[in-house]
Amino acid sequence: MKEDAAISVRGLTKSFGGRKVVDGFDMDVPPGTIHGFLGPNGSGKTTTIRMMCGLLTPDAGQGRCLGYDILTEAQKIKQNVGYMTQRFSLYEDLTIRENLDFTARMFGMADRRRVVTQALSHLGLSGRGDQLAGTLSGGWKQRLALAACTIHRPRLLLLDEPTAGVDPKARRDFWDEIRQLAGQGVTALVSTHYMDEAVQCDVIAYIAYGRKLIAGAARDIPAQLGLHCWRVDGAGIDALEADLRRTDARVQVVRFGDVLHVSGTDAAALDALAARYGATGPQRWQRQDPTLEDAFIFLMDRAADNFAPPAGAAQ
Amino acid sequence: MSLFSVSRFLAVLMKEFIQMRRDRVTFAMMIGVPLMQLVLFGYAINTDPRHLPTLVEMADDGPLSRAVIAAMDSSDYFDFVGTVSSRAEGDRALRDGTASFVVVFPPDFHRDVVRGLHPALLVAADASDPTAAGGAVAALSGIVQTAIDQTLDGPLDFAAGAPAPFSVTVHRHFNAEGETSTYVVPGLLGIILSMTMIMITAVAIVRETERGTMEALIATPVRPLEVMLGKILPYVIVAYVQTLIFLFAAGLLFAIPFVGSGWAFFAAFNLFVLVNLALGFLISTLVRSQMQAMQISFFLILPSVLLSGFMFPFAGMPGWAQALGNAIPATHFLRITRKIMLKGAGLAEIRGDIGALVVIMAIIVLVALRRYRQTLD
Repeated sequence: MKEDAAISVRGLTKSFGGRKVVDGFDMDVPPGTIHGFLGPNGSGKTTTIRMMCGLLTPDAGQGRCLGYDILTEAQKIKQNVGYMTQRFSLYEDLTIRENLDFTARMFGMADRRRVVTQALSHLGLSGRGDQLAGTLSGGWKQRLALAACTIHRPRLLLLDEPTAGVDPKARRDFWDEIRQLAGQGVTALVSTHYMDEAVQCDVIAYIAYGRKLIAGAARDIPAQLGLHCWRVDGAGIDALEADLRRTDARVQVVRFGDVLHVSGTDAAALDALAARYGATGPQRWQRQDPTLEDAFIFLMDRAADNFAPPAGAAQ
Repeated sequence: MSLFSVSRFLAVLMKEFIQMRRDRVTFAMMIGVPLMQLVLFGYAINTDPRHLPTLVEMADDGPLSRAVIAAMDSSDYFDFVGTVSSRAEGDRALRDGTASFVVVFPPDFHRDVVRGLHPALLVAADASDPTAAGGAVAALSGIVQTAIDQTLDGPLDFAAGAPAPFSVTVHRHFNAEGETSTYVVPGLLGIILSMTMIMITAVAIVRETERGTMEALIATPVRPLEVMLGKILPYVIVAYVQTLIFLFAAGLLFAIPFVGSGWAFFAAFNLFVLVNLALGFLISTLVRSQMQAMQISFFLILPSVLLSGFMFPFAGMPGWAQALGNAIPATHFLRITRKIMLKGAGLAEIRGDIGALVVIMAIIVLVALRRYRQTLD
């Protein structure tokens, strides 16, 4: 384990009802970085985050968070970590100010009045402190939740899908805020489903079915997988898509709007395919760098689904 | 476009049934509970209780005294459970609830009857529950006449004639006028406290989990004990306010006396509130939604009303129902309130009920802690 890391865990494992939700998870997050945490729904991201901040006890494994042992020093971790849950977790029947004040008290902040007023003005909600939190829009609720979980100036932020269901403008504002915090030296671990958010992270870890499949900088991940990609556009794309899916199971066909990404690890086979279809069809085939999304879909398709019901089980 | 599509209507109906079946608690409430309640309450409730515990103070053991006792004993209404040697001892038994009646035979009872002096046989009744005492008191004159007919024949036949050779004086203790409100109101406190305390605690805790605020809360350095105490104490204060208003109104509107020890009441009240809070906490560990918490709380209220002796005499219930009633905290608390408010009891007379509440509390806390640990991870 790395001593200076913000998070350093080894072999984290957790089962619920006999099935492994997280299986042998390792991670090192250097301080001051934004770490993306990606993976399909139900892949164990939330459970992993909960284990890292001492909310859940792992069945196996060990680790340190901000230098504190996740098994024995949960109390110290909680004092220094801001954890934003997936659901809006503030009190809808308290006002914005009351929510912030309550959180500040939970962390034992001295000089609460000043801290809360500061947080309100930073949010741009100075005039609306007495509004009930439940009446805020989705984007504002998320910003308020972020303000609440950063009110005690944590050194590490654990953000669990903070921008799910939030409009694009609010998502941008939210990420501006995260980058600003990172600039101040705060480490952030953010789980997300959005690729445009993932590429803003210094490092991405991709998890599926409880196992970490890959980790690295966004631009390095396709190369790590040895993935090659062709971009296809032009008329008759629907028919081509169906045709390609039928012909070769080793080739991955992913649609982005009116464009197809045809990718795989066998560069020669892809070249042959491009030559064949490019010569005959009305579409244009161009070689391009595979995107992060191509890489993750590729990873997903290869990962074994340990949540699927056993073969032969009644549906 | 049809105005009413049977197929759409059926789709909604089927969906509703599927959801009903998936919500186990609701399903159990709808199917199992009515049947259980029917059987439970149908067999348990009896407004003409028999086998009431009776003590006898024998200052005379002539043949007539023994005949009266034998006749009372065989009538089903009275079960003789012992003798007392003084009036004070009899009064104490009535106050702490070990006896419903004390029959007092005056000295030289038999001799005075034979001499035609018309002595009085005294029956002291615990009338704090007028229904329970009523049937037995009404049956008393017939029972005594039988004893007279059987004993005073042969050479003593002359003494048996009319007018009756002795009189039966019934002293109704604790609620001389037989006012229903005097009986109902002190018990009501236990029911009201149970209802609000159990439900409010369960719902308050479940609400936090249901809305997702619990997760954010436990992610802060706050300790579980701080959360529990902080969440529960407001409702304890509510219970205090409720009780103060209740006692004040009971005296003002219904002229219910409060003759016993205030300190004993205060101690028992606090214990009872704790038991209810623990029960509410236990429920919160068993359910997933506020709706289910409400249902379970409501399900617990009915036996508290029907089997506790609140509405129907406890003594009238069969043994199994009494055992069940004894497991309900409200049973013991309403005994305590009646003893203290109406009978003037102190700590000594409510020892047994306090002990029972402590045992119930211990069991609830043990189960709740086990459940709580399981739900943490």
